Amino acid sequence: MPDALVRTRGLCKHFGGVVATDNVTLELNRGEIHAVIGPNGAGKTTLINQLTGELFPDAGSILLDGRDITREPPAVRARAGLARAYQIVSIFPAFSVLQNVALAVQATQPHSFRFWREAARDARLLDPAMEILARLGLEGRAGALASQLSHGEQRQLELAMALATRPRVLLLDEPTAGMGHEESRHIVSLLGTLKSDYAILLVEHDMNAVFALADLITVLVYGRIVASGAPDEIRGDAEVKRAYLGEKKKAPRRTGAAD
Amino acid sequence: MSTRLQFALGAGLLIALAAIPPVASLAGIPFLLTLFTRIVIVAIASVSLNLILGYGGMYSLGHAVYIGIGGYTVGILAFHGVHSGLVQWPLALAVSALFALVTGALCLRTRGVYFIMITLAFAQMVYFLTVGVAKYGGDDGLTIARRSSFGGLVNLADRTTFYYVSLAFLLAAVLVVWRISRSHFGMVVRGACANDRRMQALGFPTYRYRLAAYVIAGTMGGLAGALLANQTDFVNPEMLSWTRSGDLMIMVILGGSGSVIGPVAGTVAYMVLEEVLSGITEHWQIILGPLVVLMALVRQGGIVGWLSPKRHA
Ligand SMILES: Nc1ncnc2c1ncn2[C@@H]1O[C@H](COP(=O)(O)OP(=O)(O)OP(=O)(O)O)[C@@H](O)[C@H]1O
Ligand SMILES: [Mg+2]
Repeated sequence: MPDALVRTRGLCKHFGGVVATDNVTLELNRGEIHAVIGPNGAGKTTLINQLTGELFPDAGSILLDGRDITREPPAVRARAGLARAYQIVSIFPAFSVLQNVALAVQATQPHSFRFWREAARDARLLDPAMEILARLGLEGRAGALASQLSHGEQRQLELAMALATRPRVLLLDEPTAGMGHEESRHIVSLLGTLKSDYAILLVEHDMNAVFALADLITVLVYGRIVASGAPDEIRGDAEVKRAYLGEKKKAPRRTGAAD
Repeated sequence: MSTRLQFALGAGLLIALAAIPPVASLAGIPFLLTLFTRIVIVAIASVSLNLILGYGGMYSLGHAVYIGIGGYTVGILAFHGVHSGLVQWPLALAVSALFALVTGALCLRTRGVYFIMITLAFAQMVYFLTVGVAKYGGDDGLTIARRSSFGGLVNLADRTTFYYVSLAFLLAAVLVVWRISRSHFGMVVRGACANDRRMQALGFPTYRYRLAAYVIAGTMGGLAGALLANQTDFVNPEMLSWTRSGDLMIMVILGGSGSVIGPVAGTVAYMVLEEVLSGITEHWQIILGPLVVLMALVRQGGIVGWLSPKRHA
């Protein structure tokens, strides 16, 4: 069996009395979309935060390509190939759309101690950035300020920035939340095409998207994995139905935790 | 902030400032040259503060400490008989850079009000040091017998020469901050100001970039100090008192933080106003304070902001 690109072992995270992550062990493999689903407050975002290093787990470990990154800061992990798209849009509102993505491209360079040349005219940043914007259908908005984008467009920008860092692992926290039908379909089909090149962790509430895309589905409830398997197994799992699928089919909610 | 407007304002300011020496001598007001030499030098410090405050969101309330460090380095060396500018000035910059590196490494671990307080605290430490060391004049300050000598290269004792040298340094400072603010490095500093968490998630170890900006700004502040010590032939603790740091912060915000030329305009406006008002009443601060607050409230973006066409929200 080839070793997983990302592997967590027994991750635990408490917030006071709240158990947000409870002994979570999972894998992300290249060429696979691993969907993590679960009700509100199940700990999906908290799990991603631990993978990116924005939160440190209380217990357990995280391996990236066999290397222990449990205590590495976010920037180090990002440079090692992890990228995320936030559930709540996290962009640079005062920069143009193109600048946002160009900055993400810049993050792939060995360092940014370059003091003289104008970043906004550097083709090595702009060309790849434009390419990614085109891929997401945002090229027409390149010159707009990020703050002027619609909510759906900002979510696309969020994804564009993640892609621009040329990651190996994509951690996507509800990439289609709050998008219109068309936009959301576009993203779903895009994720389908991205799949072969990345290991993707997909948190998503749209079950149609999940079952269309996922190779593996893990169900979290109160921070604990209650089921994990191929889409067909999950669809038939009684506990999953009771805990999640049965009671909320396609929950169109927009609330979220601290991010 | 449109680039064209900044260029226009910058060019206008440069021409006006370049005209000061002939105007002062034609009008027979030598004091005008003294005032504007001081303004030009302080503007270097404002421009440097703007690099971290305007672009990096680092609201330092201790930036005058670099004027003090640069000034005292020159003063102390002169006191010990070292008058060569080629020794004094590089050392003034080096000491400022080192101080910025050491204190910045700690200050930049904090944010917001804590950052303001800790930058203030470090500046106060140096302030009390200068007050306490009797050998270098303590409270009374230290008179500098001779201006920095650069061999036959330039004669800083000549007032007009000194003014143009200062103006050249200001121009260089503006140019440096202008380039830096748009460079790869500048984008990281600005990005970390707007959304540090995202920057780190993208893979930027932002701390080291912010620290580097802090050191660059401190070094430029030290240059202003070396110049100021030469202008007044004197250094004293008052140069680096916290009110001086506050003045610098006001000048930057008044002129428009985050625009390269704004702090120059802010410095000119603030110091000319100060001069005019202090001629009218000794309680000029009571007028100037509210005036500045009012200007800041009426419209954000400072002087440069008022001059630019209204931006859409
Ligand atoms: N920084 C925090 N401090 C305290 N509690 C937190 C924090 N972040 C999350 N929690 C709590 O941890 C639990 C898991 O939250 P998390 O945001 O990970 O859930 P989620 O599965 O992403 O939910 P959603 O579907 O609403 O996005 C919740 O009970 C939440 O209130
Ligand atoms: Mg969440």
